[in-house]
Amino acid sequence: MSGRVPVSMSVDGRTVDALVEPRTSLGDFLRNDLGLTGTHLGCEMGVCGACLVLLDGQAIHSCLMYAVQANGRAVETVEGLTERRAIADIQKAFHERNALQCGFCTPGMLVTAYELLSHGGAPSRAEIRDALSGNYCRCTGYEAIVDAVDQTAKERQKQAGCPQDGRAAAPGGTKDNAA
Amino acid sequence: MTGALSSLDRPNTYIGRSVSRPNAKRLLAGRGRYVTDLQLPRMLHAAFVRSPYAHANIRSIDASQAAAMTGVHLIATGVDLAKLCKPWVGTLDHFAGMKSSPQLPLAVGKVVWAGQPVVAVVAETRALAEDAAELVAVEFEEIDPVTDVDAARAPGATLINPELGGNVAFHTRIESGKVDEAFRGAAAVVEETLLFGRHTAVTLEPRAIIADYDPSEERLTVHHGTQTPYQFQDIYSRHYGLREARVRVVAPDIGGSFGMKLHVYHEDMAVVGLSMLLGRPVKFVADRLEAFVSDIHARDHRVTARIAVAADGTIRGMEADDVTAIGPYSTYPRTSVVEGNQVVRLIGAPYRFRDYRADLNVVFQNKVQTSQYRAVGHPIACAVTETLVDRAARKLGIDPFEIRRRNIITQDMYPYTSPTGYTFERLSHEACLDKLHALMDYPRLRLEQEALRKQGIHRGIGIAMFVEITNPSPAFYGVGGARISAQDGAIVKITPSGEVHCLISVGEHGQGTETIVGQIVADGLGVDHGAVRVFTGDTDVTPHGGANWACRGAGIGGETALQASRTLKRNILSVAAAILQARPDDLDLRNGEIVDAATGSARLSLGEIARIAYFRSDTLPGGVSPQLTASHHYTPKGFPFAFTNGVQACHVEVDVETGFIKILKVWVVEDCGRIINPMLVEEQVRGGVVQGLGAAFFEECLYSENGQLQNGSLADYLVPMACEMPDIEIAHVETPTQDTELGAKGCGEAGTAAASAAAINAVNDAISPLGASISQIPMTPQRLLRALGHA
Ligand code: FES
Ligand code: FES
Repeated sequence: MSGRVPVSMSVDGRTVDALVEPRTSLGDFLRNDLGLTGTHLGCEMGVCGACLVLLDGQAIHSCLMYAVQANGRAVETVEGLTERRAIADIQKAFHERNALQCGFCTPGMLVTAYELLSHGGAPSRAEIRDALSGNYCRCTGYEAIVDAVDQTAKERQKQAGCPQDGRAAAPGGTKDNAA
Repeated sequence: MTGALSSLDRPNTYIGRSVSRPNAKRLLAGRGRYVTDLQLPRMLHAAFVRSPYAHANIRSIDASQAAAMTGVHLIATGVDLAKLCKPWVGTLDHFAGMKSSPQLPLAVGKVVWAGQPVVAVVAETRALAEDAAELVAVEFEEIDPVTDVDAARAPGATLINPELGGNVAFHTRIESGKVDEAFRGAAAVVEETLLFGRHTAVTLEPRAIIADYDPSEERLTVHHGTQTPYQFQDIYSRHYGLREARVRVVAPDIGGSFGMKLHVYHEDMAVVGLSMLLGRPVKFVADRLEAFVSDIHARDHRVTARIAVAADGTIRGMEADDVTAIGPYSTYPRTSVVEGNQVVRLIGAPYRFRDYRADLNVVFQNKVQTSQYRAVGHPIACAVTETLVDRAARKLGIDPFEIRRRNIITQDMYPYTSPTGYTFERLSHEACLDKLHALMDYPRLRLEQEALRKQGIHRGIGIAMFVEITNPSPAFYGVGGARISAQDGAIVKITPSGEVHCLISVGEHGQGTETIVGQIVADGLGVDHGAVRVFTGDTDVTPHGGANWACRGAGIGGETALQASRTLKRNILSVAAAILQARPDDLDLRNGEIVDAATGSARLSLGEIARIAYFRSDTLPGGVSPQLTASHHYTPKGFPFAFTNGVQACHVEVDVETGFIKILKVWVVEDCGRIINPMLVEEQVRGGVVQGLGAAFFEECLYSENGQLQNGSLADYLVPMACEMPDIEIAHVETPTQDTELGAKGCGEAGTAAASAAAINAVNDAISPLGASISQIPMTPQRLLRALGHA
């Protein structure tokens, strides 16, 4: 059951060499072995988004990946993004707009927002809601998060000297459910 | 200018301002400290062997293989922990005749729900503990499960707790006025049966606990993701025979709570016992499946209700029969009958009719326990009342706003005592209705609805009024014998540099308690908000109090903080007066400076006073003994509850071909008394509304006939996500309670209280022209198609 194997990866810009059990998820490895507890686990099956991290620059669910699969690759967590100030403007907007309550979903939300906004442009509110739809939040009701992402996108556009998009119409949606 | 409390031109006037939460920055940087994050020296991990059956006898347990595994430290059965832990019984004296059986951490002899913990395994890692748990062999002998509320009450039904002599935990009847006469003389009577599915809190951080028993000092420290650390200090101490002063419960950051994290859970009690047996810290974090089969569920009500109205829409009377199922036992220490009790007592609450009768039957069944979760009973009472009022209006051809205006309790009637015995100090129904009407531009929406209907687009508008219970006095639990505090305490002190610490018993789990307490203390003292640090959630540090339930943080905790800071300010001014040889009344504290009250000119800084008090008290005149720490405890003494009120509206579009419903918009007008921080109030309301919409459209714990939960994962149990939720517009009316100086009431449950009722009314408004109606939540596409006669 144990039989640990060596892995080497970059985590938040530093090389990490470690021995891990093959069954250890990347999320557990970051949290338990490296003490990077900013990454959270809410479902361990890829639906809540609390565990999102960047792998070679792309958002992935760290609960769905084994630590050994990250061997030789670059992982970035909310702690790393914070330290290199890559999300400082998003964090500021979240803070001012109170886009978090308990904060458990927040690191995942920030990773999603980081990825969405890295595409540039000003997504509509409906597009923001769509992008966030893999991130479960029980506390906020989402609107403040949408506002904060929207605000950051507009700020970034302003700084880049682009014209602003208007607010899109109120989104809605439907959902299948068991009877 | 003497600077009365809320004159907005005075410095440090923080009450009523949208201050951002200072403690949120930590969470934004990924630096939260949740129980799930904590690792302690010598810490071990617990996993549980759970019952696969809803009802069964335990024939044998063989753990020899598991015990032999390397890294396994302890395997404990129900019998092992029963030697340490005194059983608990979830009844309260003020629910006359209520019954429930004693409970223990792990099953002894038989299991009564699928998922009940039977054996605990403690090992060096969680993965190892789970491996070992798989090797524990438990032999069960199945018993007929009791899952249906009617079958449970039928003669000859299998008894879940044979010693109780029946499957009914509690029955009560409320009768007021002349109900039969009211119905006999009515112009119209509307009756219906509403079904409310079971749903659960689904906090993103599941339940988490670390119990750390140190045998050398007989001290127990529990790091616990809970909203009520003081209650758990009392419970761990009494049930494990430990001295209370040696039991410490610490509640650090908590990833969501909503009432779910204040009940006693079997695993949590087990973990305490396991730590005592091992003398080491033991951690347990529920995984998502475990959360679904062990966190309390809520609702599960079937209400048959009737309303009698006169031709002009005046409500003459109501009658209701609520049957609710609560699992195999009533929860401890708050019981599982509070929800049903609030349903039958809150039905009809906004309206002034007097003739009312209600029956409540609370029934045992072999499913997970149900108990208090956000808005306890309110969503059900509200949906029952508001759907009946809408139906009566439709029958009589009266507009939904108009029928409500004709029936609400009006300003000339306060204080008003409802037929069920609740006394309302003052509510603001008229103002809320008018404000909502304008906010949503109701006439325009109706015109648009008409026009779209001609194009085959079915939109619906639903409104729902609510009355919410907040700031409970000891009348809520204390009178029933529960050791649950209705008071809260605060200690406010000046540090040697003139900054401020506030230790308070109400806790923080994201709603912003620490922020509003900081605002109140800064305001009450006259210092900058940034100079105040607030500490919560540690029974060794913060004063004893009720903490967080029933929306009491702002109203009770806030008043405590205000009074403590007032006392401290008086103390500061008397020291300042001694130093300055002035009269305390002629001085004031503004922006951290002692000023001349009349002119506002600065005399002395707070830091200087602190320096003298702490380091050079020898320079003070004789007889002056500076008290730069003040404490205060506050319990509501006037009205037993501070009721709040409001009204919500929901706008939906129904696809009558597919049964899909698009939620277009929600509006809320609410009155929580004095608003301390408008932004935080609004975010409480939004989060609450979305939980109510989840219940209305998606969320349901689905059980098979033999009591198996069939959708215990986040992929199968649907929660509201960003793309399905609407923007929510909020407006306020402020009717402060006169019971306190602060005037605040609660706001945390208002959103959930009426959201599903407004949603049901909106959907029915959309489909009623098609001759259809729905009276069950969640309103899934399948159910809607069935209502439309398509399936
Ligand atoms: S923990 Fe990975 S998606 Fe939920
Ligand atoms: S803030 Fe609590 S889950 Fe999003």
